[in-house]
Amino acid sequence: MRILLNGTEHRLEANRLDQALEALGYKGAIVATAVNGRFVPTAQRATTPLADGDHLEVLAPMQGG
Amino acid sequence: MDFYGVELSSRLLLGTARYPSPKILEAAIRASRAEIVTVSLRREGGEQRAGQAFWSFIRELGVRILPNTAGCHSVKEAVSTAHMARELFGTTWIKLEVIGEADTLQPDVFGLVEAARILAEDGFDIFPYTTEDLVVAERLLEAGCRVLMPWGAPIGSARGLNNLFGLRAMRAHFPDVPLVIDAGLGLPSHAAAAMELGYDAVLLNTAVAEAGDPVRMAEAFALAVEAGRMAHAASPMEPRDMAAPSTPVVGKAQLT
Repeated sequence: MRILLNGTEHRLEANRLDQALEALGYKGAIVATAVNGRFVPTAQRATTPLADGDHLEVLAPMQGG
Repeated sequence: MDFYGVELSSRLLLGTARYPSPKILEAAIRASRAEIVTVSLRREGGEQRAGQAFWSFIRELGVRILPNTAGCHSVKEAVSTAHMARELFGTTWIKLEVIGEADTLQPDVFGLVEAARILAEDGFDIFPYTTEDLVVAERLLEAGCRVLMPWGAPIGSARGLNNLFGLRAMRAHFPDVPLVIDAGLGLPSHAAAAMELGYDAVLLNTAVAEAGDPVRMAEAFALAVEAGRMAHAASPMEPRDMAAPSTPVVGKAQLT
């Protein structure tokens, strides 16, 4: 399945958001997620299905003004 | 000073971006005596952990966090980012930015009001980055904002208070709403001027971070904010067009 992670295409085997995050190396990371522009809370990652071509955004804290 | 039920003694809010090093950032926050610092969210790769390190660093400082939606150009982007920030930082506070114009980073006030309404209904405490437009300010209050943050000048421009008349009118029009000058300040004198106008606080970043000595500049801003606030409380005299001798003329010798 193709997933656009933070704008870059990745190929992976994952049906759900929590599986994709693990496959992409985010296990244990403090991040917030959105699928196709919509926020997905941590508690809903295991019940959020992913489809081929979905856009996944994974964000972390950083400096800001 | 009270923001959404939180009592604060410092009237300076400091951004955390563009400092030469984390050590200098930490020293600048201490020197500024800020109790609130702004932070943001950005993409993180699976094997990177830059965001994790930054988050640990900020938490150890013990200051209150105000996440922003910087760089968002649409209501949808800003609302999604606010939700992500609430989960990541564990706060209902959000510095709401909806940018409408790339050169000036001027707020899209129409999108701002719409995003504020959506987020207020969802329990957020919103600090909207806005202009000095009184009608927009009214709409933001109607939407549920209880703090307003008009710009001094375009973000990062160091121009100071671009529209003194408009900012003075805003202060007079909303005497009981906490008002924060956000963006455009370059010098401590700009911050002092904002406080002398009766603004409740100032929010700045680049003026400190890009100074040759950010720590010393942070302290200079802290002193200016305090001086400006004290001057406002002391009721400054009204300016006049003609000179008025400060030394009494009564009893002056006739030596001609």
